[in-house]
Amino acid sequence: MNTPTTPNGGYSAANEVTLVKARRSVLQNVWRTLKTAPPTAWFGMIVICLYLIVALFAPLFAPHGQSQVFPMAYAPWSDEFLLGTDALGRDVFSRLIYGARNTIGIAVATTLLAFFIGGSLGLMAAISRNWLDQVLSRFVDVLMAIPSLIFALMLLSIFGSSATNLIFIIAVLDATRVFRLTRAVALNVVVMDYVEAAKLRGEGLMWIMRREILPNIMPPLVAEFGLRFCFVFLTIAALSFLGVGIQPPTADWGSMVRENAGLIQFAEYDLTAALTPMIPAAAIALLTVAVNFVVDWFLHQTSGLHDEH
Amino acid sequence: MHPIFITIIQRLGLGFLTLFVVSIIIFSAIEFLPGDFGEAVLGQAALPETVEAFRRELGLNKPPIERYLSWVGNVLSGDLGNSFSGRNASGVDRSREVWSLIQPRLANTLFLASMTALVAVPLALVLGITAALYRNTPYDRVINATTLTTISFPEFFVAYILILIFATYLKVFPSLANISDSTPLLEKIYRSALPALALTLVIVAHMMRMTRAAIINLLASPYIEMAQLKGTSKAKVILHHALPNAWAPIVNVIAFNLAYLVVGVVVVEVVFVYPGLGQLMVDAVSSRDIPVVQACALIFAGTYILLNLFADVISIITNPRLLHPR
Repeated sequence: MNTPTTPNGGYSAANEVTLVKARRSVLQNVWRTLKTAPPTAWFGMIVICLYLIVALFAPLFAPHGQSQVFPMAYAPWSDEFLLGTDALGRDVFSRLIYGARNTIGIAVATTLLAFFIGGSLGLMAAISRNWLDQVLSRFVDVLMAIPSLIFALMLLSIFGSSATNLIFIIAVLDATRVFRLTRAVALNVVVMDYVEAAKLRGEGLMWIMRREILPNIMPPLVAEFGLRFCFVFLTIAALSFLGVGIQPPTADWGSMVRENAGLIQFAEYDLTAALTPMIPAAAIALLTVAVNFVVDWFLHQTSGLHDEH
Repeated sequence: MHPIFITIIQRLGLGFLTLFVVSIIIFSAIEFLPGDFGEAVLGQAALPETVEAFRRELGLNKPPIERYLSWVGNVLSGDLGNSFSGRNASGVDRSREVWSLIQPRLANTLFLASMTALVAVPLALVLGITAALYRNTPYDRVINATTLTTISFPEFFVAYILILIFATYLKVFPSLANISDSTPLLEKIYRSALPALALTLVIVAHMMRMTRAAIINLLASPYIEMAQLKGTSKAKVILHHALPNAWAPIVNVIAFNLAYLVVGVVVVEVVFVYPGLGQLMVDAVSSRDIPVVQACALIFAGTYILLNLFADVISIITNPRLLHPR
């Protein structure tokens, strides 16, 4: 093994670190970790990939448009309408596929926004530890004292139901949880000597946040991202189901369940009709289960947070 | 004075402070309404005088602090104001008092919630404690996988599965939980069996996982190991050594989930068309009937905060370390 040296012959710690890392490429490392993943995690990852492909290429898979109306309401399952049509004569299968795009897209956007708001404020609070920290923490305490679904319902009644309002309201409510977690894990890192050193050599707040602290608190944040996504996804589905979330004619899984729920009573005559409203609900459940499985495995991999002794 | 009293009083003070701030937030809902909402409520044909009278009734001509104080006073004396619906442009006011809308539905929601709690709490505690005692056995794994799956299901999915199985196939329970004050108790229980079952399935999963985690945490502590090593019987280890310290987390788990029940009740009520507070709130949100939304939010948030406060106080009182300070 060659010794770590700089071009002019001196010893360099940075070079030594890269030497050890270079023995395996990033891809090889990822593959090595993936090989140890349990079947549940594999199942989760495959399901998530499938959902993403469907969501990204929705127009390629869907036989009809998401709000294209055919002159047959409640058509049974057939070759033309794989899952039948709904009360207005729209193809349920196509709406299911577009629903993946709309529902997952809005949930991802909301989670990202929540992490941006909560994460940056949490880091700032942890680094500064002054009045800003106090004000933000107390404010978050109060916001978290109200159940978020109730709060979301109240805010939606004030600002009106639209996709943009939905994203902002849920993101702000969820940012409180992200803030708590980010602040808590960042507090452990802020007291480290290298952060002190960075402060002393005059680095700005942004640098310390991005280069010194963020890399060290990534694993819990990534796991939290998965769990938050599930929570946001379920909240948005619940609100849409209640009729105050994503508004028609946009196809989305929560409102599809509500629109077709009446079909359940025909179960004894035609089971497929009764299954029509269940499929979007099952699609929501399957994705949440998949994300949970992956997050579970990720937590086992990266930290001692698991409860097995 | 016993130091535990000071802790409890501090905690109570903090709780009521939260309640106060939350009431301000809920009150400000009306401040954020767009300026022309008078017309939106009364209809576009409303005369300027009618709109003006409506704004005066809401007190929008007074400063916010004065309005807040009178609002709190009214709420405390049981007057929640009048609903926005039932008003029209001609100035004829057929609106109902918010309290008369809420009162029968609150009773129904409390009935559903207490019925669920009576079944769910003991069930979850037994499952959680046994899963912790027999951890890493197939029993534990099955329960764990099942609950993880149930948690991931949206409430309405669980509810519709139950309707499909019990209402349309087996026909043992009605799918619409249509109850009123005059319904006899047994009939009431029978009709609200499915919503209660749906809620039970959802919260048992949460509660059981949290109980299991709390007990496992406890069983890993050195003093339990010490008790086992000196040969104390299993029952005595659990009842005498583990349980006193487990009360606090268990009470917390129960209160947290009863608070969760407050929220879960909204979706389940809508699925089963159960005449409860959650359904009222959702209808009010769709029609933007702010006074009703405010009243429901206040009740839900208040219950949530008080339950959590109650849990905190219980866990302080039952904590042996705080009870016998050195």
